[in-house]
Amino acid sequence: MLSLIIFLPLVGGIIILFTSKANETLLKGIALGASLSSFVLSLFMTALFKVGGGFQFVELGNWIPSLGIHYHLGVDGLSLPLIVLTALLSLLSVAYSWRIEMRLKEYLFLFLLLETGMLGVFAALDFFLFYIFWEITLVPMYFLIAIWGGPRKEYAAMKFFLYTLVGSLAMLLAILIMYFNAQPHTFNMLTLIEQQPLAGKAALAALAFWGFFLSFAIKVPMWPFHTWLPDAHVEAPTAGSVILAGILLKMGTYGFVRVSLPMLPEAFRVYAPAVAVLALLGIVYGALVAMAQTDLKKLVAYSSVNHMGYVMLGIAAAAAAFGSPEKAVAAATALNGAVFEMVAHGIITGALFLLVGVLYDYRAHTRGVDEFGGLGARLPLYTGITTIAMLASLGLPALMGFVAEFFIFVGSFGIFPYLTVVAVTGVVFTAAMFLWTIQRIFLGPFNERWAGIPDLDTREKISLVPLAVLMVIFGLYPKPLLDVINAAMTTLVGMVR
Amino acid sequence: MNIANLQADLWSLAPELWLLALGLLVLLADLVIPAGRKAAVGLIAVVGLVLGLIPTSSMVLWQARSVLFGTYAVDGFAVFLKIIAISTTVLVILSAMESVGRQTRFEGEFYALLVFTALGLMLMAASTDLILLALSIEYVSLTSYVLAGFLKGNPKSNEAGIKYFLFGATASAVMFYGFSLVYGLTGTTNLYQIAQRLSAAPVPALYLAVALMLAGFGFKISMVPFHQWTPDVYEGAPTPVAAFLSVGSKAAGFAALVRVLVVTLDPSRVNWVLLIAVLSALSMTLGNLLALPQRNIKRMLAYSSISHAGFLLIGVAAFRGDFGTPGVLVYLLGYTFTQLGAFFVATLIGSQLGTDEIPDYAGLARRAPVSALLMAVFMLSLTGLPPTSVFLGKFYVLAAAIDNGLLWLAVVGIVNSVISLYYYVGVIRAMYVMPAASEAPIREPAGLQVALGVTGLGTLIIGLYPGPLVDLARSAAVLLRL
Repeated sequence: MLSLIIFLPLVGGIIILFTSKANETLLKGIALGASLSSFVLSLFMTALFKVGGGFQFVELGNWIPSLGIHYHLGVDGLSLPLIVLTALLSLLSVAYSWRIEMRLKEYLFLFLLLETGMLGVFAALDFFLFYIFWEITLVPMYFLIAIWGGPRKEYAAMKFFLYTLVGSLAMLLAILIMYFNAQPHTFNMLTLIEQQPLAGKAALAALAFWGFFLSFAIKVPMWPFHTWLPDAHVEAPTAGSVILAGILLKMGTYGFVRVSLPMLPEAFRVYAPAVAVLALLGIVYGALVAMAQTDLKKLVAYSSVNHMGYVMLGIAAAAAAFGSPEKAVAAATALNGAVFEMVAHGIITGALFLLVGVLYDYRAHTRGVDEFGGLGARLPLYTGITTIAMLASLGLPALMGFVAEFFIFVGSFGIFPYLTVVAVTGVVFTAAMFLWTIQRIFLGPFNERWAGIPDLDTREKISLVPLAVLMVIFGLYPKPLLDVINAAMTTLVGMVR
Repeated sequence: MNIANLQADLWSLAPELWLLALGLLVLLADLVIPAGRKAAVGLIAVVGLVLGLIPTSSMVLWQARSVLFGTYAVDGFAVFLKIIAISTTVLVILSAMESVGRQTRFEGEFYALLVFTALGLMLMAASTDLILLALSIEYVSLTSYVLAGFLKGNPKSNEAGIKYFLFGATASAVMFYGFSLVYGLTGTTNLYQIAQRLSAAPVPALYLAVALMLAGFGFKISMVPFHQWTPDVYEGAPTPVAAFLSVGSKAAGFAALVRVLVVTLDPSRVNWVLLIAVLSALSMTLGNLLALPQRNIKRMLAYSSISHAGFLLIGVAAFRGDFGTPGVLVYLLGYTFTQLGAFFVATLIGSQLGTDEIPDYAGLARRAPVSALLMAVFMLSLTGLPPTSVFLGKFYVLAAAIDNGLLWLAVVGIVNSVISLYYYVGVIRAMYVMPAASEAPIREPAGLQVALGVTGLGTLIIGLYPGPLVDLARSAAVLLRL
C-alpha cells in the first residue's frame, strides 16, 4: 500500500506526459485524481496504523543485491503524520493551481513527480533509496521556481538548486562513511541504528555527523544556511511555496530525527549545544527580520526560519540528553513538541502561503503589507482564515502552534534552561510581527484602491478551510496526533539510551 | 603452440575478425552503392556491428584466457569494453546518417573509418603486450585524426585534424619512450612478465617510465595536463566524431591505463596511486572551471569530458577493494550513454538549426519536446543526480575513494559535482526557461531518434535498475588480473 501511495502521483504524472496538451480539463482531472487517491490511501493507512507498533506497512525487496541495497519502505509514528501532511498539502496545492494557464502539462507533471519524491523520503528505510528520493525532489522544485516563478525566478531557482545539492552530496559522503563502517556493509537504516557502526570512532562519527548536518541544516534551513529560503519562497509560485515551506523544510528536520539522532547519538550529544545556539539564532533572527519585512510573502518566509528554529531547539535538546536517563522524559517531550511543530508548521505556513497567493495572484497583484488596510470589513472569510492562521502561527493557546511550542519549551527547559529562556522571547517577536501585520492589512482605514476585490471563491475555500479546521481541531484536541508521535519518540529515546 | 590451439585462438578473436571483415565489406559497398543512397552503407555498418555484439557478449561468461602467445587477453574486462566500443560506434553511425551525407560526399568512407576505429578500440582494450598496445593505440589515433578532419571544406575541421595529429603524435612518442624504458628494465614486452620482473627495477627509473606512459594515456582520456587539444578538436570535428572521441577513445584509453597500471605496477614501490589521485583532482577541477564560461555546447561538453575523466581516475586511484575497478566500468558505460545522448542532441541542433551556441537552444522545450526532455535528463545525469546512469558511476567511484581512505579526493569530487551543476543547468535553463526565438518545430531524423531513444533509455534504466550491470562489472573487474 505504501508503494501505491508513493507512486500513484508519479503514475498520474506519466499519464499526463502522454496526454494531449490541449485537453486541459483532462490534465487537471488526472492530476487531481492521482493526488486525491494518494491522499485517500494515506488516510486509509492511518486508520489501519497501530499506535506504538513500530514500523508498519513494511515493504522489503531486493534492488541491487550485490551492494546490499534494498527497496525498503515503512512508516512509524514519525513518518506517518508527515506522509499524510504531504499528501494533503499536495492535493490542496493541485486544487489551488486550477488556474495555472502557462505550460499546464509540464507544471502538473513536475508537481506530481515532486509529490512522489517527498512521500518517498518519509517512507524510505534504505539509505540509497532515501538519497534517491531526496534528490528527486530537487529537480521539479527547480523547474517550478524557474519557469512559473516571480521576477527573479532564475536566480532564486539556481540558488536553491546549488545550496541543496551541496547539502545532499555531503549527505552522500556521510552515508558512504556509515556504509563502509558497518559490518556487514549495509544501507539498511534500521540495521545501522541497531549496529551503531560509528560508536567509539569519534573522528569518523564527527565527520559523518557534520556531513548529515550540512545536508539537513541547509534543508531546514538553519541560520546561517537560510539565505536561499527567502529568495526561493518569494519567487516560487504559490503552490510551490506551500510545498517548499510545508514539506521540503520538514525533510531536513525529519532527517535530524530519523538519521542524526538515532545513528550518531554520541556525536550529536557533543555538538548539540552548538546546534542549539544556531537554532536560537534562527529563532531570534528570523522573527526580527520578519518583522522588518514589508513584503507579505517574505514575512511568512522569514517566519519559517523562526519556527524551524523551535523545531531544531527541541531536537538539539533531545540530543543533548543522550546518556542521562534522568532527562529522558524531558527529551521525549521536546521531541514530541518538535515533531508536532513540524506538522503544525506544515499546516499553518502552508495555509499562510496560500492566503498570500490568494491576495497576490488573483486579486491585488501586490504583496506590500503597507499597501492594504481595512480589508477586514470587505473580505470577512479571508480575514477570518488569515487571522486564525497567523494566531496559530504565533502560538495562541487553543490553536495548533501553541501545543507544539509548549511541548518544545517544556522539554528543552529541562535540558537547556538558559537557551530556552532566550528562545521564549522569540515568541514575543513572532507575536508582535503577526499582530502588527494583521493590524496593517485588515484593520485601520480602508484603502479605496481595493474596493472591487472579491472574497474567497469556492476553489480557494476548498484549499483553505480544511487547513483552518485542522489548526483548530489539533489545537483543542491534539491527543490523537500526539499519541502517534509520542509512541515513536518514546521508542526512539529508548533506543538511543 | 599447435594448430588446435590456434583454432581456439581464432574463435576467441571472432569479434575482431568480424569487424575487420565488416570494415572491408563497408568499403566495397561504398564502391557499389551510388551517391545519394550512401545511407545504405551506414545501415550495413550498423547491422554488421549489431551482429558483432552477439559473439562479443557471448564471451562475457567465458573463463579468462590469454591468446596469441600471451599478447592478447580475452577476459571480462576486455569484453566489457568491447561491448562499449561496438555500441558506441552503432549509436554514432545512427546519429550521423543524416547530417554527414549533407556535409561531405565521402559518406561511405566515414562509416568504414568508424568501423575500423571500433576494431582498434577493441584491440586497445585487450592488448597485454606493449608492442600490440602501442600498435593499436597508433592505429586508433590515425583513423581518429582523419575522422576529426573529415570535413575538408571546413577550416575548423581541418584545424581540429591537424591539432589532434600534432598533439597525438607528440604524446605517442613520449609514451613509446616510456614503453622502451620499461622494456629496457625488464627485457620483455609482456605485461604479466613485466609485472614479475619490475620488482627488481630501480625506483627512479620506474617513476620516469610511469610519467612518460601517462602522457600517452592521458592524451587519450583527456586528462589534465594533456587535455589542451580536447575543446578545439571537439569543436572543429564533425559532431558525431566528437561524440565518438569523447566516449570511445576515452573508454579504450582507460582500459589501457587500468591494465598497465593495475597489472604491472605495484603501488608499494611506485606510488602511482597518489599521482593519479592528484591528476584526478586537477582534471576534475580544471575541466569544470573552464566549462563554466563556455557558450558553445561542444566546447562545454569537451571541458566537461575532461572533468569526467578526473572522476573516472578516482576509480583508478582507488582500485583496491570491490568498488574501484568495477566503478570505472560502471561509470564508463553510464557515461557512454549519457555523453553520447548529449552529443546527439547537439548533432540535431547543429544540423537542423546550424548552431552550436547554448543560447540558441532557447525554447527547445517547445520546438522539440522529446529531445529537450532527453537533453535535460542527460544534463542531470552528467551532474550526477539520481536516478540516472552517471549518478551510479559517481556513487561507485566515491564509494571506492572512501573505501580506500581517499576521503579528500571524494570531497574534491563532490565540490566539483556542485560546480558542474551550474553549467549543465545552464543548458536546461536555455531549453525550458528562455523564450523561443521561433515556434517552428524541429525535424528529428529517424536514425537520430533511434540513437537518442537508446541513449535516453540506457541512462534511465542503468539508474533505476542497476543490479545486472553491477554484477557484470564486478565479475569483469575480477578477471582483469588473470
